Amino acid sequence: MDFRLGERSDAFRDEARRFLDEHLTTDVRERMHTTGVHHNWDFHKARAEQGLLAPGWPEEFGGQGRDALEVLAFAEEFQSAGAPTYGVGTTLMVANIIRHVGTEEQQRLILPQALSGEIIIVLGFTEPESGSDVAAAQTRAVRDGDQWIINGQKMFTTNAQEADYVFLLARTNPELPKHKGLTTFLVPLRQPGVEIQPVFTLSGERTNLTFYSDVRVDDSLRIGEVDGGWHVMTVSLTFERSGPQGGDSLRLLHAMEQWAMASVDEEGRPRSEDPAVQARLGRAAAENEVAILLARRCAWIQNSGGLPGVEGSMAKLFASEALTRQSADFVDMLGPDGVRGDADPTAIAGGIAEYALRFAMGTTIYGGTSEVQRNIIAQRGLGLPRPS
Amino acid sequence: MDLNPSEEQQQLIDTFTAFYTKECPIERVRGAEPSGHDADLWARLRAMGALDMAVDEQSGGWGGSLLDLALVAELHGRHLGPAPLIEGQVAVRLLARAGGSAATEALSRALTDGRFTTVALHPPSHGALALVPAGAIADEVVFFQGDRLMSLEIADQARPVSNLGSMPVADIAIDASAVELLSGPRTGLLFEQARDEWLALMANALVGIGSRSIELGVEYAKERHAFGVPIGSFQAVAHGLANAATAVDGGQLIAREAAWAADEDAARAPQLAAHSCGFCSDAAREASYRSLHYHGGYGFMLEFDIQLYFRRAKAWPALFGEPSAMYARGAAGRLSMSRTDG
Repeated sequence: MDFRLGERSDAFRDEARRFLDEHLTTDVRERMHTTGVHHNWDFHKARAEQGLLAPGWPEEFGGQGRDALEVLAFAEEFQSAGAPTYGVGTTLMVANIIRHVGTEEQQRLILPQALSGEIIIVLGFTEPESGSDVAAAQTRAVRDGDQWIINGQKMFTTNAQEADYVFLLARTNPELPKHKGLTTFLVPLRQPGVEIQPVFTLSGERTNLTFYSDVRVDDSLRIGEVDGGWHVMTVSLTFERSGPQGGDSLRLLHAMEQWAMASVDEEGRPRSEDPAVQARLGRAAAENEVAILLARRCAWIQNSGGLPGVEGSMAKLFASEALTRQSADFVDMLGPDGVRGDADPTAIAGGIAEYALRFAMGTTIYGGTSEVQRNIIAQRGLGLPRPS
Repeated sequence: MDLNPSEEQQQLIDTFTAFYTKECPIERVRGAEPSGHDADLWARLRAMGALDMAVDEQSGGWGGSLLDLALVAELHGRHLGPAPLIEGQVAVRLLARAGGSAATEALSRALTDGRFTTVALHPPSHGALALVPAGAIADEVVFFQGDRLMSLEIADQARPVSNLGSMPVADIAIDASAVELLSGPRTGLLFEQARDEWLALMANALVGIGSRSIELGVEYAKERHAFGVPIGSFQAVAHGLANAATAVDGGQLIAREAAWAADEDAARAPQLAAHSCGFCSDAAREASYRSLHYHGGYGFMLEFDIQLYFRRAKAWPALFGEPSAMYARGAAGRLSMSRTDG
């Protein structure tokens, strides 16, 4: 047994730190904060130029052929630094799908642009009336010669205003059972009939509601078989559940530890010596270590040739629920000052606890809600029967 | 990173799995209640080398790493072993590290067949050691007082205490017969290291308690029907078990990491020991509590095994203190490290 990630991972982590020191500037952070957009083109392109956009991809695609643990070490740094990664995340997820189930033509058209940082691709699964029940999508696609005509709405199309394509799940055959009449398309977003309406969230992040009215997409941009969309989705949902965990919690804990060391209570005693403060900090530190280890276990399984399914669900469930618990606990720890907003200059540690309290709620929902993850763990992991 | 046990570690796991399966079925755990000690099982464990493995060759042992001991501790917890394994191992390791003639003689007594030496987890208060692990069956107790490591031969000073976890614990009055084994500034560090080792091993034992608790709950939830369906198909049941299973999986990772770190990452080892034990205490509590509750009225009956796990999940780690005390201990270590760095 060995809990070290290894020399190559350590060296690559250092490379991530050097990149972040140079490119994650105050300006980049400031823009994320004021716009709520967790994608930054300069940052994104700088990453691509240095071959750091998709380090796990083979070199022929512009990657570095890094193994899963190296990629994770790199991604852990980006996450704990709070770097803008939403755009690259969804883009690589869709690129991965195209690489696995796309046609050669689609691969030639999309992969070079996506991996060179020229375009980003966003996700169009969720709708106003369907979230966790992904297969209940109602957005329609109707064939018209070599094209398809799309009508419907997608919810939480984050970064649509920055993106070239949306990877869209649409119903192509309403006669079939709900999982069987779906097809996925790569729909160009910059065309008439696409309307992008900003939606602002609890954490200040901007997402969108997107409307599609007689939007056209060539059949050559259909991904997978007609009515074979659910198979494509199964592939993609696996990708969404792997990745780094615990980075946001680490940043929060670090700020709270600094606060405890720098401040004193009413009697002038350092907060860091108060057992109640220590207990809160320690519990968060223990949970963060567990979150990181659960995510690393997934990468280790991948490196060993396996596919983390239940393990990915555990990592995602644990990290997001832990962040939710800790952020509330830290707001409590700060007393009344805990409510000072992150936009206020008097906020403690930049209001990171107050921000995390809001931010955490999103993490328990997107990428498969905690309830969906628990179903997967119960049914596939523990072998419990499905609800009748 | 490699989360698989090495070949030798796997052999160790296989050997002790076979041992506990054969020698420590749940009937034996019940048979040892309420004292919580099965002298025959302990003699067999000793014959297997469970105590000797804890110290190095020079001290007459096998030189097992803390991770080796941790892998056995997990099995010990899984089978609720009614034998003083962890405290015995921690005591001999402490004596071996202490060195000097008095401690060396104490070590050789501790490794003598038919004798048992335990360790107190807390310094005495008002002239007595409270709730000493295995204090009710030990011949000798090693403890820390002031800046001195002491030893007391137990004659009639021990008062066994009946308790939640069916543990052979005792309150022990200290009298004039206590002798000094070691003194000086290094002594306190040795004692804290011993406590860290106890925490890391207990964390692993709690993983065993937690994972077996989940298995019992899952087996029951698959078989038991209510409203015409197995109760495991209800999300109210399934999700509680899924949360607990996630915590126990994570607990196993951090508990093993803590034991591994003792030899491989000395700087982080103390905080990992404390944090893993706090986390695994919470996880084992959650797993055994959920599992017992989903047994319905049967879980409340002594006849069903889950209550054996439920009581020990809370009681075993409580000999050190509540989970918050463990978290605070780890955090204090982290904070002093970052002060030094800064």
